[in-house]
Amino acid sequence: MVHPTHDETEYILETQNLDIFYGDFKAVAHVNMKIQRKKITAIIGPSGCGKSTLLRAFNRMNELVPGSAIKGRILFQGQNLYAPDVDPVEVRHRIGMVFQKPNPFPKSIYDNIAWGARVHGYKGNMDELVEYSLRQAALWDEVKDKLGQSGLALSGGQQQRLCIARALAVQPEVILMDEPASALDPIATLKIEELMQELKQHYTIVIVTHNMQQAARASDYTAMMMLTDDDTRSGTVIEFDETTKIFTRPGDRRTEDYVTGRFG
Amino acid sequence: MLRKTFENELQQVKDDILVLGSMVEQAVLASVEALKKRDPQASQKVIETDRKVNEKRFEIENQVMVLIATQQPMAHDLRLLASILDVASEIERMGDYAKGIAIINIRMGDQPLLKPLIDIPRMAEKGTDMLHRALTAFVNEDADTARTIPREDDEIDMLYNQVYRELVTYIMSDPKNIERANWLLWAAHNLERLGDRVTNICERTIFIATGEIQEIDSTWDELGEGKA
Repeated sequence: MVHPTHDETEYILETQNLDIFYGDFKAVAHVNMKIQRKKITAIIGPSGCGKSTLLRAFNRMNELVPGSAIKGRILFQGQNLYAPDVDPVEVRHRIGMVFQKPNPFPKSIYDNIAWGARVHGYKGNMDELVEYSLRQAALWDEVKDKLGQSGLALSGGQQQRLCIARALAVQPEVILMDEPASALDPIATLKIEELMQELKQHYTIVIVTHNMQQAARASDYTAMMMLTDDDTRSGTVIEFDETTKIFTRPGDRRTEDYVTGRFG
Repeated sequence: MLRKTFENELQQVKDDILVLGSMVEQAVLASVEALKKRDPQASQKVIETDRKVNEKRFEIENQVMVLIATQQPMAHDLRLLASILDVASEIERMGDYAKGIAIINIRMGDQPLLKPLIDIPRMAEKGTDMLHRALTAFVNEDADTARTIPREDDEIDMLYNQVYRELVTYIMSDPKNIERANWLLWAAHNLERLGDRVTNICERTIFIATGEIQEIDSTWDELGEGKA
């Protein structure tokens, strides 16, 4: 199996003056950030500051919410993701997503992996793809003898890795993770974090997390989001830097207050 | 306010640093006073106090480790706790200098002082005064004051050079003085090193306040007498 060929330029995603709206409400304002290829970028910040909204804009998931719209641009490999000729399904194929709550299909482990690939027109050897994806998600050894069992019969941590395997099966370049470990116990959480370190050899990961220790442990870059001080109550990125810097000597007082637990 | 318990615990560790500092200030002054008066019993007391200094240092270290393990400190809190570990060990080493001077006094036995002590007590007073202010700046995270204190280390270095030159003349005038001169030179050297460690504490204060590691060199250090 070959890995998807990556354009080796440094930044895979870039937002330019990005605003995100739900109807009249500007949920996220003026975000300019560049996401590095094959690195893990964490988005942190208090509840309701637009972290998930920003994450979902990266693969046009917000469009599924009626009334949502963006201003500004998001470039993926230099190409405008929201250009009229871009197919959102193709976007979600190349930029996959893993959610907070593991959501395997009520089907066999095998079919959980195979289904997406089939939909995307995969013509290769399906057994190989299933094994490869499960191996990449560090789940193969635990499930290889029960591929016909329901995905729902797995533990929470295994289900989440199954969802990661499912996302990998369509060979994306970016994986967006929205609080992927918040419903898991500490051991399952660490397994996901270890897995992320493996995956970044081939993929770019953007993760939203409420768990600051997780951001500190697992990510290379951290973006701190916060509501703006004005009346709009929009969220924006107030600081974006190397994770080590954000957690040892942040530049913005508000980041300092947040990471030391004094915000609020 | 969020994290009130944590704030209180941080304050407690800072207070303990001040306690440790004042134990060592007293030990340094007492060790020199005992040497000046050739009072071996007083020196023995200094040696006993050093055990308490070491215990207090480990107590602080333990408090810091518990806070790291239980509170997951970040950013400023992390810099503060890491610096407290470092500063506690600096102070403890200064305590060893006091103990060293106490041991010198005991080892000197019945031999009288080669000369009356004038500059060595001055070095001790200057050094402990700097230590006191450096620790106050440390717990207040006052980078401005921390930047000014190391300059005063030149005064200690000057006194040390003076003691050195004087003792060398004693040695040259009569080689039989070598041993007694050496005892005093050793004591003076300990106090000179104490000044350097005060500078290290000031560097930590600047680090906590600004996040920047800034190395402060006094003139003497540039002559190759590096800091520990």
